[in-house]
Amino acid sequence: MTDVMQTASGANGAAAGELLQVEGLSKYFPITKGFLRRVIGFTKAVHDVSFTLANGETLGVVGESGCGKTTLGRTILRLYDMTAGFVRINLDEGQLDVGSLTPEERKLFRRRAQMIFQDPFASLNPRMNILETVGEPLLVNGVAKGTELEQRVARIIEQVGLRVEHLRRYPHSFSGGQRQRIGIARALVVNPRLVIADEPVSALDVSIQAQILNLLQDLQQEFHLTYMFVSHDMSVIRYICDRIAVMYAGRLVELGPKDELLDRPRHPYTALLLAAVPRTAKGSRGKRLVTAGEPPDPSNLPTGCVFQERCVHVQDICREEDPPQVSMSDRHFAACHFAKDLSLDGITVAPVTLST
Amino acid sequence: MSDTGRGDLLLEVRNLQVHFYLFEGVVQAVNDVSFDVHRGRTLGIIGESGSGKSVSAQSVMGIVPSPPAKQLAGEIRLHRATPDGGIETVDLGRLDPRGQEYRDVRGGEIGMIFQEPMTSFSPLHTVGDQIGEAILLHIPDSTPQSARERTVDLLRRVGIPRPDRAVDAYPHELSGGMRQRAMIAMALSCDPALLIADEPTTALDVTIEAQILELIQELQDDLNMAIIYISHDLAVVGGVADEVMVMYLGLVMEHADAETIFDEPLHPYTRALWQSIPKIDGPLEQLVPISGNIPNPFAVHKGCPFYARCTERIQGVCDESPPPVLEPRQGHTVRCFLYADDVDLASNGATGD
Repeated sequence: MTDVMQTASGANGAAAGELLQVEGLSKYFPITKGFLRRVIGFTKAVHDVSFTLANGETLGVVGESGCGKTTLGRTILRLYDMTAGFVRINLDEGQLDVGSLTPEERKLFRRRAQMIFQDPFASLNPRMNILETVGEPLLVNGVAKGTELEQRVARIIEQVGLRVEHLRRYPHSFSGGQRQRIGIARALVVNPRLVIADEPVSALDVSIQAQILNLLQDLQQEFHLTYMFVSHDMSVIRYICDRIAVMYAGRLVELGPKDELLDRPRHPYTALLLAAVPRTAKGSRGKRLVTAGEPPDPSNLPTGCVFQERCVHVQDICREEDPPQVSMSDRHFAACHFAKDLSLDGITVAPVTLST
Repeated sequence: MSDTGRGDLLLEVRNLQVHFYLFEGVVQAVNDVSFDVHRGRTLGIIGESGSGKSVSAQSVMGIVPSPPAKQLAGEIRLHRATPDGGIETVDLGRLDPRGQEYRDVRGGEIGMIFQEPMTSFSPLHTVGDQIGEAILLHIPDSTPQSARERTVDLLRRVGIPRPDRAVDAYPHELSGGMRQRAMIAMALSCDPALLIADEPTTALDVTIEAQILELIQELQDDLNMAIIYISHDLAVVGGVADEVMVMYLGLVMEHADAETIFDEPLHPYTRALWQSIPKIDGPLEQLVPISGNIPNPFAVHKGCPFYARCTERIQGVCDESPPPVLEPRQGHTVRCFLYADDVDLASNGATGD
């Protein structure tokens, strides 16, 4: 474990306060054919993605289905092996290179980086009661057992808003919202630093979503968590995140602070995505922009910009060259040839009166 | 359908009550639901899981599985156009769901689109064969050849590129958005007077959802179709509906035109729902969650089913007897004691009319 014990700020010039560095991360899935499973191509689910996560922040990753947002989260957690790139995490115990973990480091990493899944009906084992479900990560990681385990599970169960009497019950006796609380408890019981939440409220009823979103916010304060929040729902992302990363066809097309990105998007796809969400305010209710087209097939991407087929600002250069990452500031960039020239509409925060 | 004007009454549902008799108990899926649907207009039904919004629509379609379900009360009157240009009224609730007459209505006068187009199509038959089957069944004098031509026309009309090739595609060969378009083509294959759309865009991405909703509205304008649009998404319903009905545990809690439901909601449930959803525009405010959970579907409520989660409940009133349906403003009904002038008076006429 000695090689793990580097100081967090030392190796590879990690800036203070940075929890996670992702550099040039790619994940390709092979496409095979025939009995011999000959590889005939690759689905570029995630291609050349770089960003950093600061301690305590919430980064929202948003995009349509198939854009690679879930694969990105899973690759960072090494649920998938990465095809190329680096992921480094700076823990109190030292910096870990997630791409090449020793067995010891792997155990530490599994405790410090956790995931919350989308479907609380599919992600819990129906044969395990709540104590077993939530206690399992403690047991397999050798963190606690016996009475201590039970105490820790009881504590976290109360912190996510369930009751200790629930410990011996099985998942079927809980509603969707309660099951999601169990999933959150299971993720948090090992004291993680990084939590990747993959569509944690999408499967829940509308009246339950706000409970879970507010719970995630409270727990972030209490445990100093850093969230990567993956969602297709721009309204949820707007509510819970500090920064927003927009993905399209496996690429990170724009990343910036929430207000800046929503107010003045720099990538045409971000603008399109924002315009497609129905408005709720009086006077503009239900209004949204309708654009033609669908995302490209990630196994057969065009040369140049991946968004060229749907982009209304497309020029010849977009069909020839990959767009560069154009920086607006040190915290905001867009992968577009014309990021600095275009004037795109964001969300106008019109004053509304909500009747209460 | 040129002889039937926009806004004419097409469907009347009165005091519909559907319960499911299951091994574990009785689920009161739909209790006292009444609404009207007019030609060329859209009724939005908002509700969470277990609210009875889908069962209400399926009852109109006659596709609620029975047993275990049983329609205990209510009338479903369809005012349909006759070939000679008149209007005749059929009570769908009295027809045999498996009988020929209902089969003519289902897929004929009434078309339906479902949430998941992948599970609604058979994977073993081509899209064209499945749409063609509906045409052969419902359109008199149609031949396989004419059905195929009509199918290609329909696929073109719903915006599927190269419809002459798509007609021979299997469902899995189409993308999610294209499958939903094919589904709409199937629902429209016999020029329905009423289209029931049950969460038709929930499984789709937001940009594709915008395309599908625009398509549905274009078709509505062209065909003067009435639409029942069911969704849990308030923002989407706000964009498509003329009037909105909010359901909770089998009851219609509030019913008004769309503007009123969003701008001046009266029922505590509607207001709480509105404050608990994240919005894309407007000032960013802390969400106020609705406390508690949706009650167990087997539970029987003596009073208001929302009582336990309501912030404005009146103890001893709301938990004692079912709330009355009141009309505090013209065309705006609400099922809540808060709007009763006199609580005693309200508790009398509570069990519905």
